[in-house]
Amino acid sequence: MKNYETVIGLEVHVELATKTKIFCSCSTAFGGAPNTHTCPVCIGMPGSLPVLNKQVVEYAMAVGLATNCEITQYNKFDRKNYFYPDNPQNYQISQLYLPICRNGKVEIETEGGKKLVGIHEIHMEEDAGKLIHDEHGDVSLVDFNRSGVPLIEIVSEPDMRSADEVIAYLEKLRLIIQYLGASDCKLNEGSMRADVNLSVREAGATEFGTRTEMKNLNSFRAIARAIENETERQIDLLEAGKEVIQETRRWDDNKEYSYAMRSKEDAQDYRYFPEPDLVPVIISDEWLSEVKSRQPEFRDEKKARYVSEYKIPEYDADIITLSKKMADIFEAATAICGNPKKVSNWLMVETMRLLKENGMDADDIKFSPENLAKLVKLTDDGVINSSVAKEVFEQIFKEDIDPEKYVEEKGLKMDNDEEGLKATLEEIVANNPQSVSDYKAGKEKAIGFLVGQAMKATKGKANPGIVNKLLKEILDR
Amino acid sequence: MDLMSLTAVELGKKIKAGEVTVAQAAFAALDRIEETDGELNCYVTVADREKVLKNAEAVQKRIDSGELTGPLAGVPVAIKDNMCTEGMLTTCSSKILSNFYPTYTAEAVLNLERAGAVIIGKTNMDEFAMGSTTETSAYGATRNPWNKDHVPGGSSGGSCAAVAAKECSYALGSDTGGSIRQPSSFCGVTGIKPTYGTVSRYGLIAYGSSLDQIGPVAKDVTDCAVILEAIASHDPKDSTSVKRESYDFTSALVNEVKGMRIGIPKTYFGDGLDREVADAVMSAANVLREKGAVIEEFDLGLVDYAIPAYYVIASAEASSNLARFDGVKYGYRTESCDGLHHMYKKTRSEGFGPEVKRRIMLGSFVLSSGYYDAYYLKALRTKALIKKEFDRAFEKYDVILGPAAPTTAPRLGESLQEPIKMYLGDIYTISVNLAGLPGITVPCGMDSKGLPIGLQLIGDCFKENNIIRAAYTFEQSKKE
Repeated sequence: MKNYETVIGLEVHVELATKTKIFCSCSTAFGGAPNTHTCPVCIGMPGSLPVLNKQVVEYAMAVGLATNCEITQYNKFDRKNYFYPDNPQNYQISQLYLPICRNGKVEIETEGGKKLVGIHEIHMEEDAGKLIHDEHGDVSLVDFNRSGVPLIEIVSEPDMRSADEVIAYLEKLRLIIQYLGASDCKLNEGSMRADVNLSVREAGATEFGTRTEMKNLNSFRAIARAIENETERQIDLLEAGKEVIQETRRWDDNKEYSYAMRSKEDAQDYRYFPEPDLVPVIISDEWLSEVKSRQPEFRDEKKARYVSEYKIPEYDADIITLSKKMADIFEAATAICGNPKKVSNWLMVETMRLLKENGMDADDIKFSPENLAKLVKLTDDGVINSSVAKEVFEQIFKEDIDPEKYVEEKGLKMDNDEEGLKATLEEIVANNPQSVSDYKAGKEKAIGFLVGQAMKATKGKANPGIVNKLLKEILDR
Repeated sequence: MDLMSLTAVELGKKIKAGEVTVAQAAFAALDRIEETDGELNCYVTVADREKVLKNAEAVQKRIDSGELTGPLAGVPVAIKDNMCTEGMLTTCSSKILSNFYPTYTAEAVLNLERAGAVIIGKTNMDEFAMGSTTETSAYGATRNPWNKDHVPGGSSGGSCAAVAAKECSYALGSDTGGSIRQPSSFCGVTGIKPTYGTVSRYGLIAYGSSLDQIGPVAKDVTDCAVILEAIASHDPKDSTSVKRESYDFTSALVNEVKGMRIGIPKTYFGDGLDREVADAVMSAANVLREKGAVIEEFDLGLVDYAIPAYYVIASAEASSNLARFDGVKYGYRTESCDGLHHMYKKTRSEGFGPEVKRRIMLGSFVLSSGYYDAYYLKALRTKALIKKEFDRAFEKYDVILGPAAPTTAPRLGESLQEPIKMYLGDIYTISVNLAGLPGITVPCGMDSKGLPIGLQLIGDCFKENNIIRAAYTFEQSKKE
């Protein structure tokens, strides 16, 4: 078999986190009863007219700036004409001729090293409604709640060569957009959707092969699998002397294969033309620099700052900044308790563990930085020991409890009473002669068992340092 | 006293003075409709008497309490059937909207309601405003009140004929390529197409979005200025609505044109212009000259290109604007069908008439990939050049004067045989829409068949007051 190279470009749709829709003032909230977030505009009533939501332009600009795009200061909307019942006007208002952002790039990092992925353009458009099939006999119903929810479509150049690069690129976009607060970018909920354009060619070839477009990819895993599968499918075709057909395919993640939806021949002519109901979007220099000045600190800068300012290891900074939410908690909690490394440990170890156990994302974190900071202080001040702290943290994670109150109410403060502890330890030593003789025979580990017994007897509240010190005194007598 | 012979402003004064009640005025209109509309067919929908009475009484209260003091308070109005009226059938004279009751009212109509207007019905039109005769209506042609064998013009033929036949005190029309000015000419009434962006299009069922504009149709220039003042507004719901410096049009009702510079395009008086129309328009020009206007002929370029550019742009926009009528959400849906695409095809085949289908096909064609540049883009460039030609002309003139249409009203049935000839009839009105300019038609005589002839005055953008003043002065001369 010859050597092949996979060439991949992505079209990524992102639902923007505006309160209202792109062309009317209906709510974008998810999950309302069908057709309750609608008005004459977003259900395409005759005579209704669109009015552009300024926030959509600002978000699109912000994403464009963060991905090093040129901002089109005179941009326009166009109509994309096609008939489908989820599309109330039977045209979608989008941008073809003058998209708001062009010629950007982002740097990605994989095991293969760093590389740049080009952004061809970013444009603004409206989402369609939702068809509901099979629930009501032999009819389909339309829910227009999603109709008019603002989207940006980020079109990359065909610069990626592997699933790893694709995932790294998507992660990069997701982080940028989340840091901007422009979207929560959840693939599984559809607020971020990626279509993969893929072709293969012989290694070293300069011409691109015929590409296919893969749709319905709802997770990073599905994307990776679909890329692998489609690469193989295309190589098999070429090896068998057949041709790849330019077509749109749909990925079925349960069956782990894709099938053709429509070929180039069936491709619709969208009859794009400038949207006459909207005026051109003119972005003044002032507006542009205003948006520029509001750009937040992005992940790469944040990571570097954490290492230099908070002196935490790069490894820690890398994990904490993987989510804006986590980074925000880190900074806020550190500002209160002044112990960055301890805060970082709670986030990296216990928080990550509990997130994983509960199948949650960092964005789902409910606890406040104040309560985490209090917990750090409680341990720093020796009020509770580390095993109690873990127990308290689980409560913080679950219900965002106030650890000071909790420790007080549950009586979890560390026991530092040497006289009381001494009596307890004498008893434990008397009851465990085997461990004592083991210890005396040089098995240092035997002391661990005795410490455990002491913690058990004190319900975990004993100060482990004192327990150790006293035990040694008793045993070495 | 025949209330329906009064102008809107005259009737408004009598209502304000308490000589006539709002209900009496509305019922006079409804009585008149009952009497003559069986033959004329100006209306698609006539408002229910009980509802009209309720509205009339509500308006009367607001007048009596001193809340409503404007000139149009209590005066009955007819609305072209392409403007949404909440709870009142709105068909665009199409079968596809034969059952459509809007959930909201067009902004221009709301403005009239705020001014105390009482809606008495929805007027007939060419289906989706596509046509120049009001014969393409799915609800039968409207007849010209001056001669029932002739058309009233279109597409606002119902509104213009209703005013001419005194079946309302005034009406609203819409003008995409001459749809107010040409039927005003054919029916001997006065109508204004305002500068694009002056009257909100919110609630106007779109034909050619970049060209459509709502305007008044009335018995005289004064009424038109008063109505325009009431309906014009900056509307945040319409992104193409302009925030004008002034919404005062009535101060232009001045009988004085001394020093006004008026240009007459020579190209408007070439082949195809009816002799009698040309004579009437030229003698109107002479009246204005005698009143002190400075009148000269000039060359206006690109006149021949306006019609093709218009039919490309308007059809392209229409093919997209009318896509929403698909049987899914509202309006007509075919009785039986086999699957989604069959439903679309059958619904639209049965719901649209031949002229609408022709323009949807034309528009879809000019937007198709491979043809877009050659047709649509070229038409847009032509539009921009035509605007430049007018800009040049308005450096020299305050007003451009010419006919509104090459002929008087044709006989019923004549135009449908020859759509191209019908399209060519729009030659004097279309370029005004392409350039976004305001235009007014005022009656300026009758031909030997006893059909009215209209004079068209065109102004620069936002210079309605120039054409209103010239039209008013000309109108006054007829009384002197």
